[in-house]
Amino acid sequence: MRNIWTVCRRELYSYFVSPIAWVLLAIFALLSGYFTYLITGYFVQASLQSQMSGQPMPMNLNEQVITPLFSNIAVIGLFLIPLITMRLFAEEKRQGTIELLATSPIHDLEIVMGKWLSAVLMYCALLLVLLIDYSFLFLYGQPDWKPVVTGFLGVLLEGGCLLALGTFISTTTKNQIIAGAVGFSLALLLWILNWTTSFGNSPTVQVLGYLSILSHLDSFSRGVIDSKDVIYYLSLIFLGLFLTTRSLESLRWRA
Amino acid sequence: MIQVEGLSKNYARTVAVNNISFSVEKGDVVGFLGPNGAGKTTTMRILTCFMPPTAGKATVAGFDVFEQPFEVKKRIGYLPESPPLYPEMSVADYLMFVARLKNVANSEIKRRTEEVMERCAIADVKPKLISKLSRGYRQRVGLAQAIIHNPDVLILDEPTSGLDPKQINETRELIKSLSGEHTIILSTHILPEVEAVCEKVIIINKGKLVATDSVENLKHRAGLNAAIQLQLDTAGNGNAEVVRQTLEQVPGVSKVLEKTVSSDRLVFEIEGLSDRNPRADVARAVVNSGWNLLELKSLTFSLEEVFLELTGSSAEATVANGKGAAA
Ligand SMILES: Nc1ncnc2c1ncn2[C@@H]1O[C@H](COP(=O)(O)OP(=O)(O)O)[C@@H](O)[C@H]1O
Ligand SMILES: [Mg+2]
Repeated sequence: MRNIWTVCRRELYSYFVSPIAWVLLAIFALLSGYFTYLITGYFVQASLQSQMSGQPMPMNLNEQVITPLFSNIAVIGLFLIPLITMRLFAEEKRQGTIELLATSPIHDLEIVMGKWLSAVLMYCALLLVLLIDYSFLFLYGQPDWKPVVTGFLGVLLEGGCLLALGTFISTTTKNQIIAGAVGFSLALLLWILNWTTSFGNSPTVQVLGYLSILSHLDSFSRGVIDSKDVIYYLSLIFLGLFLTTRSLESLRWRA
Repeated sequence: MIQVEGLSKNYARTVAVNNISFSVEKGDVVGFLGPNGAGKTTTMRILTCFMPPTAGKATVAGFDVFEQPFEVKKRIGYLPESPPLYPEMSVADYLMFVARLKNVANSEIKRRTEEVMERCAIADVKPKLISKLSRGYRQRVGLAQAIIHNPDVLILDEPTSGLDPKQINETRELIKSLSGEHTIILSTHILPEVEAVCEKVIIINKGKLVATDSVENLKHRAGLNAAIQLQLDTAGNGNAEVVRQTLEQVPGVSKVLEKTVSSDRLVFEIEGLSDRNPRADVARAVVNSGWNLLELKSLTFSLEEVFLELTGSSAEATVANGKGAAA
């Protein structure tokens, strides 16, 4: 445990002492703020129209603002998460500091967990910004808080998957840019896998749909925790961390 | 302290280390000498548990590097060829991180960090970012991180490469000052470095062990082979030809080469027979002839020559393509 925290702490130090963390926070604040503004804007306009039309439609802050907002946040995440993970191992390999880690009394799994945890915490810092956006919704409306909580859990799990896969990709190269580009392509691919649904309902389409990463987010942002989705995310996180650990081991054999 | 038996390491195509065996006693300061590509780094990486050997066995303090890597890692301080530094960290933060990584007790971390900074003369740059340090300072921070958990064994991979002469001296002094408390293996391709710092030497070439010996013996053996340069002034008593003939008579001298001749100074290069050092006899001969001996010195011998001597074949020595030892 202490070793995981040692690695994680140093990683956070690097995130926040270099501009990466601040740049990511700024980009995320800008984009998530803009999306919040857009979606609440539509909502306000729609509710005004429905009132003026004389026959008010039921308006729901949760369904019409919070659920779509989470989907948009997840898409922003696809772009930003590779930027969080790309340096994790690539930079250690380039600098040669991997030799320090690999010759210290610490398990490979602890190194991997520490790195991943730091990336998750960095991602949580981004989600904290989102919390500020959401607090305005609570200030001016009365949304149901449960879907907000499960929505956060959902994007956290979904982010955790991409972070684990991104960490793995970072072990395969010395070059941060390559790690970032490959990580982004993979994230994009995992997102658009279910775009085949218009081709009908063949088994292939169903499998692709199941593998698609954002399709598992919908239930969370509607306030439902479906064990199917939780299992999907947890397995993907496990897979990512497992591959990272194996890759780190094989690095030693090939060196 | 360190036992290596039949150690081999193959990379995809190359055999980097080929069946080497040696042992290092507690408290020894050992030079690991060989030209570039000899397999020094590879051997050190195996000893530090960075990677496993292809064949053979290595133990540190009685623990097998492959079977009990944790016990080995706890007892080893390692400075890789390029110091493993995080440029964005400050010196103090970096060292505290390494201390934690090496399982130094929480209550000791601060004290140990201060101690090694003092020890390695980097206390003055404590709050500085590592990216802002000069090479010499970086190397010393690298050494500080290697000793922070007070390991029994220090493994230093080319600790002076890339430094300027002043920094090289400082680093060597620092290593010497550490030699009391730790068993040290340091690799180098520079012969004088071994002379300056080590007591024993392990020589490898192309992955094979060439010799293990004390530095004294090595110097002696290499010195026998080294040419002598002689500078004298005949004081009007004979000419260069006479001097040459006189020198050739000295027992142990195999060849005399006339270098430069000016009116008042004659310079000769003398090669001795490999089993005898004729220096004393040469000096006596010069003085007995009534000439003034101005200078008598061994010409520095290069790593190539040592290989030539140790392997006993010029064909094999030509592959010793490392930079020879100048100066
Ligand atoms: N990671 C690697 N992959 C393939 N070959 C390597 C690798 N590292 C070193 N070698 C080869 O192994 C040999 C020994 O290298 P090394 O141990 O670095 O020698 P030294 O440190 O004495 O210069 C060299 O021929 C080198 O090219
Ligand atoms: Mg080397």
